[in-house]
Amino acid sequence: MNNEISGVILLFLLTVILAYPLGKYIANVFSGKKTLTGFLNPVERFIFRVSGINPAEPMNWKQFLKAMLTINLLWLVYGFFLLIFQDKLPMNPDGNPGQTPDLAFNTAISFLVNCNLQHYSGESGLTYFTQLFVVTFLQFVSAGTGIAVLIGLFNGLKEKTTNNLGNFWNYLVKSITRILLPLSVIVALLLAFNGTPAGFGGKDSIVTLQGDSVQVSRGPAAGMIAIKQLGTNGGGWFGVNSAHPLENPNYFTNAVETISILLIPIALVFALGFYINRKKLARVIFGVMTFLFVIFCSINIYYEMKGNPAIDKLGVAQTAGSMEGKEVRFGAAATALWSVATTSTSNGSVNGMHDSLTPISGGVVILDMMVNALYGGVGVGLLNYFIFIIIAVFISGLMVGRTPEFMGHKVEAREIKIAALVTLLSAFLIKGFTALAAYMVAHHPEIAWQVKPGAWLNNPSYHGFSEMLYEYTSANANNGSGFEGLGDNNPFWNITTGIVLILGRYLPIIAPIAIMGLLANKKFIPESPGTLRTDSGTFGMMTLAVIIIITALSYLPALALGPLAEYFSLY
Amino acid sequence: MKKNLLISVKLTIVMILICAVVYPFLIAGISKAAPGGGNGETITVNGKVVGYEKIGQKFTADKYFWGRPSAVEYNAAGSAGSNKGPSNPGYLQIVQDRIDSFLVHNPGVTKGEIPAELVTASGSGLDPHLSPAGAQVQVKRIAATRSISEEIVRTLVNRHIEKKGLGPSVVNVLKLNIALDQLK
Repeated sequence: MNNEISGVILLFLLTVILAYPLGKYIANVFSGKKTLTGFLNPVERFIFRVSGINPAEPMNWKQFLKAMLTINLLWLVYGFFLLIFQDKLPMNPDGNPGQTPDLAFNTAISFLVNCNLQHYSGESGLTYFTQLFVVTFLQFVSAGTGIAVLIGLFNGLKEKTTNNLGNFWNYLVKSITRILLPLSVIVALLLAFNGTPAGFGGKDSIVTLQGDSVQVSRGPAAGMIAIKQLGTNGGGWFGVNSAHPLENPNYFTNAVETISILLIPIALVFALGFYINRKKLARVIFGVMTFLFVIFCSINIYYEMKGNPAIDKLGVAQTAGSMEGKEVRFGAAATALWSVATTSTSNGSVNGMHDSLTPISGGVVILDMMVNALYGGVGVGLLNYFIFIIIAVFISGLMVGRTPEFMGHKVEAREIKIAALVTLLSAFLIKGFTALAAYMVAHHPEIAWQVKPGAWLNNPSYHGFSEMLYEYTSANANNGSGFEGLGDNNPFWNITTGIVLILGRYLPIIAPIAIMGLLANKKFIPESPGTLRTDSGTFGMMTLAVIIIITALSYLPALALGPLAEYFSLY
Repeated sequence: MKKNLLISVKLTIVMILICAVVYPFLIAGISKAAPGGGNGETITVNGKVVGYEKIGQKFTADKYFWGRPSAVEYNAAGSAGSNKGPSNPGYLQIVQDRIDSFLVHNPGVTKGEIPAELVTASGSGLDPHLSPAGAQVQVKRIAATRSISEEIVRTLVNRHIEKKGLGPSVVNVLKLNIALDQLK
C-alpha cells in the first residue's frame, strides 16, 4: 500500500525535476539561443525553403491567427476524406471498413483540435494508414499548433509595446522538430523495448493454452503512443488506450507514460518564466496549478485505494482498492494519479476506465476538465490560465479601486468582455448540450434514431447522467477521455460533440491571442509602487479564488445531479 | 490568404513525410532489436506458440488458475472494460454471481478471502496478471483437481511472484499455468 503511494509521489517529483530544464530548453529554442539540438538547423532551413516560409517575417495577432486557422482547416478536410476512404487505401492488413461520414467528421475534428475523443475502437475503426497519416500526423501538428500559439502569447508579454507576435510557421515547425519529435523518439523506444509493438505485422492468430482460437491485434503502435502522451492528445492505438497490456506493458512504462502526460505542460509554465524573464510569475502560476493538482490527486488516490463501498458490502477483500476497470500491474494509486494527470492536461488517455471510478473520483476528473487550466493542454493550458489572470486582474482592480493593469498594460472593457465571454461559453456549451441529451433520454427514449436515446447509457440513474455530462465536458476541454459506457458512435453524439469540439478549441485560442494583441498594442505604463503585482503570492491566491468561484458557480449544480448524488446514494 | 494556403499545403506535405513516414518507420526499424522483434513477445511451449506474454487468456477449467473477469472474454482482437458505474444495481448483481460461482468451484474458501480483482472486470479485458493473493486463493482448488499437494502449488505460485521495487507485485497467469502443466 505505502509502496504504491511512494510510487506516485516519486513519479510527480521526477516529472517536475525533468520539466524544469526542459522549460529552459524550450525558451532557448524559441528565443533563437544556442541549444543541444542546433544540429537540426539545416533540417528546418530545408523545411522553410520547400514550404516557402520566411521564418523571420513578423505577424500581428490577426495575421498570426489567420495562418493558424488556414492550415488547421486544410488538415480538417484532409483528415475527413482519408478516414472515409481508408478501406480503399493501402496498409489495411486487418481489412477494416471506411468510417461513416458522421464518425469521420467527429474523428477528424477530434484529432485536429488535440482532443482525441474516439467514438471508434482503434483495433477495428482505423487502418494502419489512417493511424499514421491521419492520427499520428494530427497528434504532432495539433500539439505543435498549441505550442506555437502560446509562443505568440509569450511574445506579446515580453515586449513593452508591440504588434508583432512572431512568425506562426516558424514556431509550428520548431515545436515539432525541436520538442515533440525528439521526445517522442525517446519515449517510443522506451515503450518498444518494454514490449509495445512497433512493427507492421497485422493481427496474429494463436491457439491458447486452454485450446481457444484467439486473434491478437498489434501494429506500429509505439510511436503513436509516445506522441499521444507527450502532445496531450490522448487518443490511443487500442480501444482501451493505456489500460491495454500492449499499449502500457508494465509499471515502468506506466511511469514513463504518466511523466509524458505532464512533462511538456509543466515545462511550458517554466518556459514562460525563462522566455519573458519573469521567473517569479512562472513560479506563482506553477504554485497555484500544483496546489489544486495535488488536492485532486489526493482525493482520487484516497477514494480509489479505499474501494467501492457497494463491493465491500458483498463481503470480498478489497485490500487493493477499487479494481473494476483497473489493471493489476498498475494498482489503484497509479491509476488514480493518471486519472487526474490526464484530465488536468486535456490529455485524455486513460490507464483504467473512468466510467468505473468511485463517485467522488469521477466527479473530480469532470471538475478537473471544467477548470482545464491545471498545466492544461500543450500550449492551450496556459492560454486558459491567462483568461483567469485577466479576470483576476479585473476583480482585484475593482476591489482596490484602481484601473486594472497587467504587465504594464491597461486592461479595459473590450479585453474583459472577451475574457468573460470565453468563460461563459464553456459553461453554456457543456450544460446546454448535456441538458439537450438528458431531455432526449428522459422524454424521447424511443425516437427512431440510429441508436435510440433510451439505449445510449450504460448505467442507470445519476451515473447515467454523469456519462453525458462527462462527454460534453471532455469535448469542450478538448480532453478526449470518456465515461466510455456511453453509446456515442451515432449521428447525434458525433455531430453535437463535433460542434462543441470546434468551439471549445478555437475560441479559447482566438480570445487570449486577441486580448494579447490588443494589450500589447497599448502604451506601456512603467511599474510604480501603486501597481498591482501579478507575480506575488497574493495575486496567485486571487487567481486561485477566481478559478474556484467561476468553476463552482458554473458547474456545481450539474455536478450535484451526477457524481455528488451518486456519492450520497452509495455512502 | 492565398499565400497562407500555399504555405499550408506545402508544409503539410513535408510534415506528413516526417511525422507519418520517417518517424514510425524509424521506430519500427530500431524496434526490430527489441524482444519479440517489435511485434510483441510470444510464449512457446513444445515449439508451439501458446500466447502473448502480455495478453491475458481465458481460463475456465478448474485445473488452471483463472485470470480476472473480462468484458470481452479475452478476445484480443478488441479490448474493453465493463464501464459499469460503482452504484449500478445490475453490475453489483453480476459481481454477486461471480462470488457465488467462485465459492462453488472453490470449496473451503470463504468470501472474505476472495480479492476483489477476481470478481471485478479489468480495464482492458486482457489483464494478464493477478495479485499474489488472487493466485493463492485458488491453490486449494488446483491442488484438489490435479491431485497434488497444496504445498507444491503454493511454492509454484510464490516462485512466479514478480516483485516490483515500486508498484504492486503481480503474477502472470499464463506463465503460472504453463509451469503448472509442466509439473508432472
